[in-house]
Amino acid sequence: MSNTDFVLAIEDLTVSFDGFKAVDSLTMYIDKNELRVVIGPNGAGKTTVLDLICGKTKSTSGSIKFMNTELTKLSEHEIVRAGVGRKFQTPSIYENLSVFQNLEVSYPKGRGVWGSLFFKRTDEVVSQVKKIADEIMLTDFLEMEAALLSHGQKQWLEIGMLLMQDPELLMLDEPVAGMSAKERDQTAELLNKICKNRSVIVIEHDMEFVKKIAHKVTVLHQGKILAEGPMDEVQEDEKVIEVYLGH
Amino acid sequence: MFGYSMGDIGNIMVMQGFSGLSMFTVLLLMALGLAIIFGQMGVINMAHGEFMTIGAYTTVMLSKFAVQYNIVNYYFIFAIILAFVIAFAFGYFIEFIMIRHLYKRPLDTLLATWGLSLVMQQTFRSCFGAKEVSAELPEWLLGSFKPTPDIDIPINGVFVMGLALIVTAGVYIFMYRSRWGLRVRATVQNRVMAGAVGINTKKVDRVTFALGCGIAGIAGAAFTTIASTGPTTGTLYIVDSFMVVVFGGAASIMGTIASAFGIAQAQSILQFFMTSSMGKVSTLLVIVAILMVKPEGLFASKLRK
Amino acid sequence: MNAISNKLLGGKQGAIGLALLAVLVFVVLPIGVDIFRLNLVGKYLTYAFVAVSLVLLWGNGGILSLGQGIFFGLGGYGMAMFLKLEASDPISTKIQTTPGIPDFMDWNQITSLPWFWEPFKSLPLTIIAILVIPALFAYIIGFAMFKRRVGGVYFAIITQAIALILSILIVGQQGYTGGVNGITDLRTMLGWDIRTDSAKYILYYVNGGLLFACILLSRYILSSKLGMLLLAMRDKEERVRFSGYDVSNFKIFIFCVSAMISAIGGAMFILQVGFMSPSLVGIVPSIEMVIFAAVGGRMSLIGAVYGTLLVNYGKTVFSETYPELWLFLMGGLFIAVVMFFPNGLAGVYEKYAKKFKFLRKFSEVTPSKATEIAKKNDATPANDIKEIGAKA
Repeated sequence: MSNTDFVLAIEDLTVSFDGFKAVDSLTMYIDKNELRVVIGPNGAGKTTVLDLICGKTKSTSGSIKFMNTELTKLSEHEIVRAGVGRKFQTPSIYENLSVFQNLEVSYPKGRGVWGSLFFKRTDEVVSQVKKIADEIMLTDFLEMEAALLSHGQKQWLEIGMLLMQDPELLMLDEPVAGMSAKERDQTAELLNKICKNRSVIVIEHDMEFVKKIAHKVTVLHQGKILAEGPMDEVQEDEKVIEVYLGH
Repeated sequence: MFGYSMGDIGNIMVMQGFSGLSMFTVLLLMALGLAIIFGQMGVINMAHGEFMTIGAYTTVMLSKFAVQYNIVNYYFIFAIILAFVIAFAFGYFIEFIMIRHLYKRPLDTLLATWGLSLVMQQTFRSCFGAKEVSAELPEWLLGSFKPTPDIDIPINGVFVMGLALIVTAGVYIFMYRSRWGLRVRATVQNRVMAGAVGINTKKVDRVTFALGCGIAGIAGAAFTTIASTGPTTGTLYIVDSFMVVVFGGAASIMGTIASAFGIAQAQSILQFFMTSSMGKVSTLLVIVAILMVKPEGLFASKLRK
Repeated sequence: MNAISNKLLGGKQGAIGLALLAVLVFVVLPIGVDIFRLNLVGKYLTYAFVAVSLVLLWGNGGILSLGQGIFFGLGGYGMAMFLKLEASDPISTKIQTTPGIPDFMDWNQITSLPWFWEPFKSLPLTIIAILVIPALFAYIIGFAMFKRRVGGVYFAIITQAIALILSILIVGQQGYTGGVNGITDLRTMLGWDIRTDSAKYILYYVNGGLLFACILLSRYILSSKLGMLLLAMRDKEERVRFSGYDVSNFKIFIFCVSAMISAIGGAMFILQVGFMSPSLVGIVPSIEMVIFAAVGGRMSLIGAVYGTLLVNYGKTVFSETYPELWLFLMGGLFIAVVMFFPNGLAGVYEKYAKKFKFLRKFSEVTPSKATEIAKKNDATPANDIKEIGAKA
């Protein structure tokens, strides 16, 4: 495969678990500064695709190129260091650290053993943490223990932790699950803001929310792409309607 | 090799092999109980050896009773059953007062059950004395038969092995063919869902733990046929049993059998050629080395994570 | 400079705790008890090295090693080998078949010093070996296991098996290790008699000084970003990995540091007690040292020292008078600490210190806020871990 301008180029990607193909020769391209939403019924392989990109699951065959670097051969932390950030389905934050510490831990310096041992909390780190905290609306909670945040705030905190790493590609697995309507709107705003200088992949079920944020939508079904395009086009697609309503 | 002829080595292999079978039996029964508790519930029971000792003391006590009433030839079957019942009941009780509070903290369970094992050991010492005691064995268990003049096969070894195989089959049927086993497996795979479809997951936990302890009790009964029992008998087997479980890949009964067999035979045969401690060291070293290369054990199944 | 000293001392509260412990160890105990008892305290304090190492590894890293006795033993045997060689000069061993080698080798028909004993003729090499060999050993175990993501219960069991292997091996190889008797009859270090009272005082203070150095080192590690990462890993290992960290390297590092600290304790044990025995390497001492840390508080470096002193004091008192009762107590202690006081003495102290502060606050704040604080302070064990975790 030759070099491309895409941030992410997935080609012919397959993973099988004991013969069951969770992702089946998938091909997908993500542009620079694009916000792509992946939808699909349960078990369509959405989360598995994210797992494959970030290295949590190893692919059976196919290739994932991130800014022309092959990811399938790299280990998880190398993929992160290359510039891919990933948020998990349930908020995954360090509950017994403060919000500030949560963000600080994610600062992309001092990532080795010795680096972390002699890492200093410089003004640069502090100002970066404050900047991100402002973006994710948690400025007032910096000293609070993360366990005490509301569910929605935990989701934001995890997004903030990813932003600390300043990734080129951000992958969010159901970022508005368990949020109130107001929080959903705020999250939509946040996502629209952060995709200005990076690409974002979002998995989401909430169609109202998807409409607000998606540049393009990919519909997955049984590990394969069923349809791809702008939201209104996809909504009209016969096959998509069949999958969502037919069963 | 070590100055033995090939024929000698053949005979040594067979005889040590058979003496290894007794150890295989005890290890297998110990490991089965551990594997049920650990593999199904993620709980490490450091007091498992003491549950075995409960079974052993039960058998010894019953044999004393049998001698008095002159029923030595028949009591052993009852001893096995009683050993199981008492260890089961005690396990049930321990799960209730201790283990169930610690399910989310596996490392802490390990420490708490270690504490339990200390308490149990001291209780044995206070009740039965520090000296080792042995059971009066029925006559039909003593002696050996000789297929060739050089080979000597002890009958007790064959008997306990038969026992172990029956218990193993029983466990298999219980876990994979009965409704109870289905409940246990359902609880392991998805506790919340199992609870939602009406399985009393707390009761499942309790019975599973007690069952593991009960099998350790049977291991204790089997143990009395090959050695004498003391307060610290259980501690001799606990590390080996853990190794069997881990080596066999916690959740697989076939794996547990194969690894118990391998470990027992390796120790038994190596002990003949080296000193007994070096035989044990070499066997454990090989297992640890293999586990470092293949930590999931030999028979672990591939799971979708 | 100020920032570093602040990190080492752990803020005002940490500094006070450290000062109190220093007064106890360096002033109160030496004045209060005779040299025999003080030597005993010194022995206990060598176990405290292991307890401190477990606070790093287990309390903060979430990695339970049931094989810390391995490292304590490696350090101890290293020092014992040096002292034994010094005690086995050709003149004092001239009645042996082979003069100049340790007596137990002679009894076991060994006629020349084994190669791995050679480096222990030199004190600098011995000190290097005491630090490097345990760390190297920990590195190998840690590399093999953590790189393959073996952790939790598996790690505990395998370290326990290694402790068992090592103790059987030492007992079995009598000619090379002194076997079940261990290495005994140690007298001098570079000609200085370590058995005199003045030597015992000096060694007690050296031991205490080293213990404080190790506590300060641990404090530094825990207050650095690495310490924060350890807590983060204990809580959400996946998240740390997907924040761009190679989790296994941090675990290997902390395991190696804990091995080195334990080994220093082992070496100091020999200097103060004067013999080494395989019974200090095996399963039982390894797991007992976990209880020292647990009683003191698995998250608290200073608590670990108090826990060690307290449990060992109890052991001495009870095993002199009611040896039977002691095992019951020890077992009960394991169960009680784990089930009811998962943060040990330090946790109990925190709880009461907080209640005290809370009472003072109570008079200042409005009722509604007070109930909020009360809710926060209503410490279930799980909450306790979190609260202390955030502070450590």
